[in-house]
Amino acid sequence: MKNSSALSDWVLFLAFAAAVLTMPLWLAPFGANYPDLMQKFAIFGVFAIGFNILFGLTGYLSFGHAAFLGVGSYTAVWSFKLLSMNVLPAIMFSIVVAGVFAFLIGYISLRRSGIYFSILTLAFAQMSYNLAYSVLTPITNGETGLQLSLSDARVLDAMAGITVTRSLPSTNLFGMKMSGMPGFYFCAVVLIVAFFIALRITRSPFGAMLKGIKSNQTRMAYTGLNTRPYLLWAFVISGMFAGLAGAMMAVTDPLAGAERMQWTASGEVVLMTILGGAGTLIGPVLGAALIKYFENIFSSFNERILNRAFEALPDSIQSIVVDTVGLFVGEGWHLTLGLLFMITVIFLPGGIMEGVRRITALFDRDKSGSSSAASNTAAAEHS
Amino acid sequence: MDNVVLHVADVHKSFAGLHALSDIDLSVKEGETHAIIGPNGAGKSTLLNVCIGRLRPDSGHVVFNGENLTGKQPHQINQLGVVRVFQTPEIFPELSLLENVMIPILAKRDGSFKLSWFRRFAGENNVRSKAEGILQDLGIGSFTNSEAGSLSRGDKRRLELAMGLAQEPRLLLLDEPTAGMARHDTNATIDLLKRIKAQGMTKVIIEHDMHVVFSLADRISVLAGGRIICQGTPEEVKADPKVKEAYLGEEQV
Amino acid sequence: MDALFLQVLNGLDKGGAYALIALGLTLVFGTLGVVNFAHGALFMAGAFCAVTLEKVLTISTKVKDESITFFDAYKEVPILEAKFPVVGAFIVDFSVPFAILLAIPVMLFLGLLMERGLIRHFYKRPHADQILVTFGLAIIFQEIIRHYFGANPIPQSAPSMVSGSANIGALFGLGENVVYPWWRLIYLTFAAIVIASVFAFLQFTTFGMVVRAGMQDREMVGLLGIDIQRRFTIVFGMAAVVAGLAGVMYTPILPPDYHMGMDFLVLSFVVVVVGGMGSLGGAVLAGFLLGILQSFASMNEIKSIIPGIDQIIIYLVAVIVLLVRPRGLLGRKGVMEE
Repeated sequence: MKNSSALSDWVLFLAFAAAVLTMPLWLAPFGANYPDLMQKFAIFGVFAIGFNILFGLTGYLSFGHAAFLGVGSYTAVWSFKLLSMNVLPAIMFSIVVAGVFAFLIGYISLRRSGIYFSILTLAFAQMSYNLAYSVLTPITNGETGLQLSLSDARVLDAMAGITVTRSLPSTNLFGMKMSGMPGFYFCAVVLIVAFFIALRITRSPFGAMLKGIKSNQTRMAYTGLNTRPYLLWAFVISGMFAGLAGAMMAVTDPLAGAERMQWTASGEVVLMTILGGAGTLIGPVLGAALIKYFENIFSSFNERILNRAFEALPDSIQSIVVDTVGLFVGEGWHLTLGLLFMITVIFLPGGIMEGVRRITALFDRDKSGSSSAASNTAAAEHS
Repeated sequence: MDNVVLHVADVHKSFAGLHALSDIDLSVKEGETHAIIGPNGAGKSTLLNVCIGRLRPDSGHVVFNGENLTGKQPHQINQLGVVRVFQTPEIFPELSLLENVMIPILAKRDGSFKLSWFRRFAGENNVRSKAEGILQDLGIGSFTNSEAGSLSRGDKRRLELAMGLAQEPRLLLLDEPTAGMARHDTNATIDLLKRIKAQGMTKVIIEHDMHVVFSLADRISVLAGGRIICQGTPEEVKADPKVKEAYLGEEQV
Repeated sequence: MDALFLQVLNGLDKGGAYALIALGLTLVFGTLGVVNFAHGALFMAGAFCAVTLEKVLTISTKVKDESITFFDAYKEVPILEAKFPVVGAFIVDFSVPFAILLAIPVMLFLGLLMERGLIRHFYKRPHADQILVTFGLAIIFQEIIRHYFGANPIPQSAPSMVSGSANIGALFGLGENVVYPWWRLIYLTFAAIVIASVFAFLQFTTFGMVVRAGMQDREMVGLLGIDIQRRFTIVFGMAAVVAGLAGVMYTPILPPDYHMGMDFLVLSFVVVVVGGMGSLGGAVLAGFLLGILQSFASMNEIKSIIPGIDQIIIYLVAVIVLLVRPRGLLGRKGVMEE
């Protein structure tokens, strides 16, 4: 890990902010500049950034982070129903509730480390998921999912004299509707703020301690540091990020369902983080955006589109190609996801950012004249 | 008036019926360098582990500056000023040398936990220059930004020592600080430890190398079979026939 | 009393499935030191061996329906049955038991392939990497099954002669109305036999002795000059077969679908943790124990006291065990205990 100057951090932050805010421009050539998708980039970016604070910095692999996301969504929808359609209270409450929830689960799970920790978080997440579907139906509305209704109280809105009679109200920020492009810009600002916080945490003494825990936890104790509260805080903070992401989902589409809490959803955020590069700042956001982008493309393909794409081929070959490709697209998107998962872990455990680092290192070495074989071994050692 | 800093009182420790330590009674005075010697398996490392809270004694207790350490967590014991330097380097291999030394300094300054998430780690200039000074002192100041894991074995041991010294301990426990070092490295380390001694730091040192022991120690305890068989100044210990029999004779082979 | 007895039985057959999966997980973890998140997928693969065989056996042809005489009517009949009326019908009826014969070679092949092709390269990698790569593999398995078999559960039937229920009430001197499906009894017996044979194999053969020694102290066995690696590969194959058989036989109880592997995996992991990482006996014991507990928790009397307890009982037990006795019921001290 290199020491970075305060200046280079600001440059990184400003570049990130600029890139996020100009997404509608530079995503246009990829056909990805429509609000729904860009909102997803931002939402899952926040989720992955938060997950990375736990996994990337401390090395503790949680398989239950989707539970916090789900809790965030439910809280936000309840805030819409009971208090106000304004998104600020919804987001605030979601972060707080998810944080409390994360504290409870983290307090118990963090009494173990390694694979036990992973299984404990998984067990808690499954437990929450099962409960959301059964006993907690009054809160979660079970399989149907929690939705807005005309008869909701919306106490704050009512006090402000805002009433709805005919159609369901939409989420807003002091009157500005949170759908379409305003919705995207809102999510983008939240993402930028989240990134800023993560940047500060990573560069802070607190972050250094977390990295120390990842590197050699036993040593931390003999250095006079109590690792328990450090880990618990990292867990709670990343839970709050997940809750925030859940709230953003509800902001852009005010409903919440238990399937958001399933462990496959937890697996997805793990994949985003390692694909981009666990422990790096940009990596998780990159991973989240890539996965959501390809999900969007791949799952929209169907046989008709494929047939047209491979029209030039002879019929017999065309059908074989279409069949094979068809495995991976449309409904089969998850297959691609699984494959991507394996390929990343097998060949690039450091993720895309590690790949970028290796390539630049390769060029640097070549310039300084040493053999590329040597740099390959060095890169391998590094990973 | 000699001020007792560390008092190991009547400590017993056994593993599955095997007596690793019995009747250990030991006092270390302020500013003193106390060496613990003894053949392999005599219980030296077990004794250190009891002192830093890695192991809990079956009976007896360890008192440091009037505080009972028994039952305290390792980080609490460290915060009291008892610092151990490990024999096999326990460093943070993925972090830079500078970070390796800055973390212990921060741990001493900020206590066992502090949620300082908004400050810049690299911006802690006092901590940083102090760490750089210590690394310089130990002869590894020229690669402060490289990964600790990439150091040679000898340099890792120096870094380990640097991490211990960085905390300005009130009691430093050294576990074979020169084992596996080349002769000139050993001499350099002895010089360094002598300098620290001149500053008045209290030390307990486990060592095999008699050259190191006799050039540093004020008092020596000889451990054999989990018991202290002899205690005294280097001259007294040298003269003791029991010690020759149990240890020195064997060592001279 | 009768109800309690039935609940125990109900728990036992589910517990049997947990135990069989957990047994394989533990074997693999104990020998290879690998945490295999794709083990549930092997269970599912076994179940779909049964589905495939049934589909192949019932490839049908149109024959004239003799029962309708007014006009020429045709009905679909499996070719096998049309060609060999008696033997064919018998084979179709017994497709699930026959699937065992198919599953053994298929699962063995799959297991060896997986170990050689993937798992082997992950021995020295961190547990997190093992979890992640096998998790990815599990997703792939699941999606392949969904692609070829669809998303809906595919019911399988037990042979007609054992599709009814046994009046075990009379057998054990309980009430007349205590009945229990034959197939579940068969499953229970089957699970017991498989478990017993695995244990016997490990206990009484030289091969098994080496494997057990390897589980205790891998380096030591390596020093003796024994090629422990090859044996471990075979152990992995064995674990795959055990999981597969558990899957085959479970199909008449639970119609297999593409996510059954994941569902059972999470539970089996919990079972392994409760039993104790690296303890075969613990895995079996915990499997049955948790099965029974779950079955009791789903009794209406209990649910009315603590609503939702049936959904979470297993996880709750796991959490308590992990906190109170992290090495699990029968786990050795120091195995993954930190």
